[in-house]
Parts: sequence; C-alpha cells; structure tokens
Amino acid sequence: MFSKILSIVVIMFFSLISFGQKESMALIEGGTYIPLYGSDSMPVNVVDFKIDKYPVTNAEFKEFLEENPKWRKSNVIALFADGNYMRHFKNDTELKEGELQNAPMTNVSWFAAKKYCECQGKRLPTLDEWEYVGMASEKRADARTKDEYNKFILSWYEKPNSYNQEIGSTFKNYWGVYDMHGLVWEWTQDFNSVLISGESRKDVDGSNDLFCGGAAVGSSDLMNYAAFMRYAFRGSIKANYSVRNLGFRCAKSINKPNQ
Amino acid sequence: MNAKDIKAVSEMKAELTAPPFVPKSTADREATKLKVDMEILEETGEMADGVEYVYWTFGGSVPGSFIRTKVGDEVEFTLKNHPDNKLPHNIDLHAVNGPGGGAASSFVAPGHEITFSFKTLNPGLYVYHCATAPVGMHIANGMYGLILVEPEEGLAPVDREYYVMQGDFYTKGEFGEQGEQPFDMQKAIDEDADYVVFNGSVGALTGDGALQAKVGETIRLFVGNGGPNLVSSFHAIGEIFDRVHVEGGDLINENVQTTLIPAGGAAIVEFEVDVPGELVLVDHSIFRAFNKGALAMINVTGEEDKDVFAGTIQEGIYLPEGGTIQSMPSDDEDDAKEETAAVELSKAEKMELGKKVYGSTCFACHQADGQGIENAFPPLANADYLNDDVNRAIDIVLRGKSGEITVNGKTYNSVMTAQNLTDKEVAAVMTYIYNSWDNNGTEVTEEMVRKVRKK
Ligand code: HEC
Ligand SMILES: [Cu+2]
Repeated sequence: MFSKILSIVVIMFFSLISFGQKESMALIEGGTYIPLYGSDSMPVNVVDFKIDKYPVTNAEFKEFLEENPKWRKSNVIALFADGNYMRHFKNDTELKEGELQNAPMTNVSWFAAKKYCECQGKRLPTLDEWEYVGMASEKRADARTKDEYNKFILSWYEKPNSYNQEIGSTFKNYWGVYDMHGLVWEWTQDFNSVLISGESRKDVDGSNDLFCGGAAVGSSDLMNYAAFMRYAFRGSIKANYSVRNLGFRCAKSINKPNQ
Repeated sequence: MNAKDIKAVSEMKAELTAPPFVPKSTADREATKLKVDMEILEETGEMADGVEYVYWTFGGSVPGSFIRTKVGDEVEFTLKNHPDNKLPHNIDLHAVNGPGGGAASSFVAPGHEITFSFKTLNPGLYVYHCATAPVGMHIANGMYGLILVEPEEGLAPVDREYYVMQGDFYTKGEFGEQGEQPFDMQKAIDEDADYVVFNGSVGALTGDGALQAKVGETIRLFVGNGGPNLVSSFHAIGEIFDRVHVEGGDLINENVQTTLIPAGGAAIVEFEVDVPGELVLVDHSIFRAFNKGALAMINVTGEEDKDVFAGTIQEGIYLPEGGTIQSMPSDDEDDAKEETAAVELSKAEKMELGKKVYGSTCFACHQADGQGIENAFPPLANADYLNDDVNRAIDIVLRGKSGEITVNGKTYNSVMTAQNLTDKEVAAVMTYIYNSWDNNGTEVTEEMVRKVRKK
C-alpha cells in the first residue's frame, strides 16, 4: 500500500518534470532561410523543432554534476574539457563568490554541453537551427533587415563581461525564446562546420562578397557583420575549450508519428 | 650578409612598452631568439573627459605595446586572449613575410594562447593589427600598434624616442557626448569619424601626458597610423622635420613640413628642438586637430635662442578652436539656442559639467590651467578682465570677441569665435572658470546667461 502511494507520488513527480520540460521549451516552426555566411548562400531548410527558452544555468548544471560525477571538474578527462572548465566554480559543487546561481552556465566544453543535453533526452541545436531562432526579434521571426536589431547585437558583441547576469535578462523573441543575443555565446552541435581560418580577409574571397561587392551600404551589411562575428567566434574554438562567455541551451527534434 | 642567413645566437624576452615609450635600442646586441609575450584585453577606457569607450587592445593600451626587434631576429610570438574577453582575435604583423602576416596562425579564442614564430628580414617600422572578422571593427576599437625592425647597426643614437600613433574612432554620440559611447558601424563604413586622436584618446599627449624634451636635443618619433580609415597629414606646429624615414622604410627625406602617413603605415621622423616652448603635433587635415582631438604636445624646456626664434611672432596661422562648432563673432539677436526648461544645476554639478565643457571647448586656446598663450590667447587664470565684469565675459562666450583688450597688463588683439553652447553649459563653464585658478568665485546662473543672450 505504502509503496503504491510512493509510486503514484513518484509518477506524479516525473510527469510534473516532463510537463515542466515541455513548458521550458519553445516550439519553432520550420522554414527556409539563407545563411548569412558560408561556403555558398543557398537556402537551407529547417524543420520544426523545440528549443530551450533559456540557456542552461549554473544551478541546473550543478544538478547534472551530482548525477554525473564523471563530468566534475576534478574528474573530467582533459580530452573533453580544457583547463578553463568550470573556472568560475570554487570546487566541484560550489560557485565562486559573486557568481549567480541563475546565470548561464559557461566555462563548459562542447562535450560536457552535449552530454548534459543527452541526459535530459535532448541534444544541442544545430548551427542552422540556432541561427534560425537567432534571426528573430521581439516582433518578427526574421528581423535581420532591421537596423536597430543588428545594432543591438553588435553593441553586445563589443561589451565585455555580460555573462554574470540572470537568464531572461535580455529580450524574449518572436518564438518566446530568451537571451539568444546579449547574454552569452552558445554552443551548437556542428559549431565549426563553417570554417573560419582566422585570416578573415581570405575567408571572404570567393562566393561571399561582404567586403568586395555591394556599393550600397545598408542594414544588410550590419547584419552580415553581426553574423560574421558569430562565425568567427565559432571558428576559433575547439570542442574541449571552455570559455567564460560561452554557454549553451538544448534542443529537441519533434518525432512526427506519421514519419 | 643576407638577413636569412643571420643566425640567432642567444635567447631573450622582448621588452614591450606602452605608448609613448619605446624599448631601448638593439644596436648593442646580436640577432637573437626574441620571445614576445602579448596579452589581448577588452576593457573600458576614456576617449575624452566624461566619454567612455570599450577598447580592444594589444597589451592594455592603444596603440598596443611597442615591439623592438632587429634584422635577423627569430621572433617567437605568444598571443594570449584574456579569458574574460568576448571575442577571438589574431595579429597581422606587417613585418612578417608570410601568408596573412601571421594572422592565420595566430587566431585565438578567449582564454587561450597561441605561439608562432617568424624571422625578421626587412628593416623598417611596421604596423601590426588584428585581422579578425570584421577587420575594420577590430581596428576601429584600437587593435593596432608598431613593430620596429632595426638594421644590424641599429638606428643612429638620438636623445629621446617616443611612440605616437593616430587612429580614428566612430561613436554613437557626436564628439564630446558624455557617457558610455558604443562603436557605430555605420559611421565607420561612411568614414565619418567622431574622434581622430593620437594614442587612443583626446588629450593622451597633452597636459600631464605631454612629451618632454630639452632645447638642443634630437627627438625621434615613431609615428604610426592605425586608421581604420583616415590618412594622416602629420605635422609639428613650430618645427621642421630634419629627417623622415618615408613610410617607415629606407628612403630618407630631409626638411619636411608635413609627412603623409597612410592607414596601416608608419614613418620615423627626427628633428632637433631649437627653442623652448610647446610644440604641437597635429594631423594637418586641420579640423581633425581642433575638433576631433588629433593634437599632441611636446614640452621643450631650456634656454631661449633669439637667433632662431624671436618670440614676438606667434603661430598666427592656427586659430585653434575648441570642439564645439564655431561661428564668427556676431551681434545677431535671435540665434539663441533652444533651451528645454530644466532645473538649475547645483554648484557642484556645474563645476563638474563646466570642467568637461572647458576640456572639450576652451582648453585648446586657453590651455589646461587657464594660463593662455602669450600674445595669442589671454589667460583666464587670475584674470582681471574676467573678474571685472561677469556679463561682459558671458557675452564673449556667447557672441565671440575681436579687437584689442588688455588682460593682466598685456594687450591682445585677436579673435575668439562665438561658442555654440547651451545656457546650461555656459553657466557651468563660467562657474567653473570663476571658481578655479584664483578667480573671484562668482557663480553664474542660467538666468544670467539668458539675460545676456536676450540683450
Ligand atoms: C579659438 C580659440 C578660443 C577658444 C576655443 C576660446 N577662446 Fe576665449 N578668447 C580667445 C581669444 C583670442 C580671446 C581674446 C579676444 C580678443 O583679443 O579680442 C579670448 C577671450 C576670452 C575672454 C576674455 C578675456 C579674458 O582673458 O578674460 C574670456 C572670458 C574667454 N575668452 C572665455 C572663453 C571660454 C569660457 C571659452 C570656452 C567656452 C573660450 N574662451 C574659448 C580665444 C578662444
Ligand atoms: Cu581583434
């Protein structure tokens, strides 16, 4: 009898969690978009998927560490996380003075972020998925042609030390997703699929005419500049890197029953 | 001997210096394995009094640390990107023969470092800069500096060497607009600079920052131009460059008045200072000097030499104007500026605002401590003319002044242009002046300014 009650409680508890999980993700309607930068500017198809409304926080990551001691600072294999891993933690479980529980988890490698998402039954968003969601302003699904929107992004890229703020402190976009811009960079599954060598003037050669082509200078240039910086950042990192301004959020595919 | 064949015999850590200083000559040493250790920092600094800007820097300064090498050195370069930085960076050294000047092999993420090496083959003064996308933005935020490759025997010894580098900056607010000013990409693309400065900020090399020299000394300036956009017409008011290493290379030109320094280029200029006084370095695209900040000073101390300079003729050609838009003196009654009704500032607030207005508007002529310049700009410090009549002084600021006046027993016959300031700013700057430098302590109200304006 007692165990029956317990199991009901447990079931309720889990369904609450999974309910909570549903709430914590936003549904993104797929579509096509033209990536701002890449080897060729062909339209890319993004199918419906879900993405976390907020970046993963320090507190959430701590919970994950409790269940996955392998990923604690003291245990993690160097191959999977460099020396900066969890640098803002005092030890395996406690944040340093002044770090917020509810701030985005950063100093985390791609391997650890990927593992975290897998343990939630999720995955990292693909680069295209991330960019697709990142096009949205508060009002529009694709705000890339809006000057103010691009200026906001650019001005954030310039400002040092924005990582130690609570999640949700920037704007909520068209899809109901927060903090895509203005808080931290985010890992994507295939972050280095577009290779930037660091010799950006060379990277520009060829198909993309950002610095060579157009005579008219307008918002499209601003938006390209903003995207450029994101790709440059992604091009500079490796999967075992942990960076103070780099966090992540998870995504999930939608399994359509008829497929 | 071919530079390629010079063998580096020893190993040493490079001395890096922040501007305006340069490391010591390499004349006394052999080619060596030179270890350069440079850190990239993104940090907030002051572009002008009360104007904040986020700089991206090589070594914590704009321009970045000066690197001094000599032909045949094997440079082992470690570039560190501070963990708190937000962006990846790299370095393109124009002194390097190789793809991208080292840029591709130096691309480094925040919290990481990278080491690469190169051999210095060509003597000269070279620019280095960040080349990460978007390149213009990284340069516009201050990511440039100079690397010198000395010839085997070193450059000829001189008495003093300094490091000066010009750069143009693009901010959301106009010149002098207070508070934190973000970079403005659109203005940068339009090449519409708000600031053109030497060594990263307005006044970096004036007042306490002025370069020092003594009469009879030979000065060598390593002058660079980071750009990103503007070409510099580099000139010293009151001095002729005895020698210029044109574009930082082997060619030496003599007796040069103004030397052109391209964006992404440099020059070495040398001159002997003959008379005491203040030499003013400017970009002779002259609005940049007096309205955008491209102005530096060399303080020359020592004995007068009347044969060289009699002292009675002033630099009459240059009427340094402040940063505010100038207009000629006028009697016009209705060009009063629209004023939004606002509360009067407290005296302390006026002092604060007044100091800033003074720094950006009056300073160029009346000088840092209100001492003026003899025969050209009358003093505001302990000035009888000022203290005698407050309304007359306000009127001069509002409408300008020309004709002969006598201040502290000396006559001046020159022109002060009308200053395009709001009543609030005039009240603040006048209060500031009256309560500084031994003046009589008058507090000027906006009402007083309004009355004079209506006259
Ligand atoms: C372009 C150079 C220039 C600038 C900028 C300038 N002044 Fe003057 N100022 C002069 C000159 C020249 C005179 C003397 C005019 C004459 O000979 O008739 C003068 C005279 C004066 C006088 C009266 C003489 C005295 O010594 O008391 C006052 C007061 C004064 N200026 C205040 C200011 C204030 C305040 C500012 C800034 C808001 C300012 N000036 C900006 C050049 C300048
Ligand atoms: Cu850079």
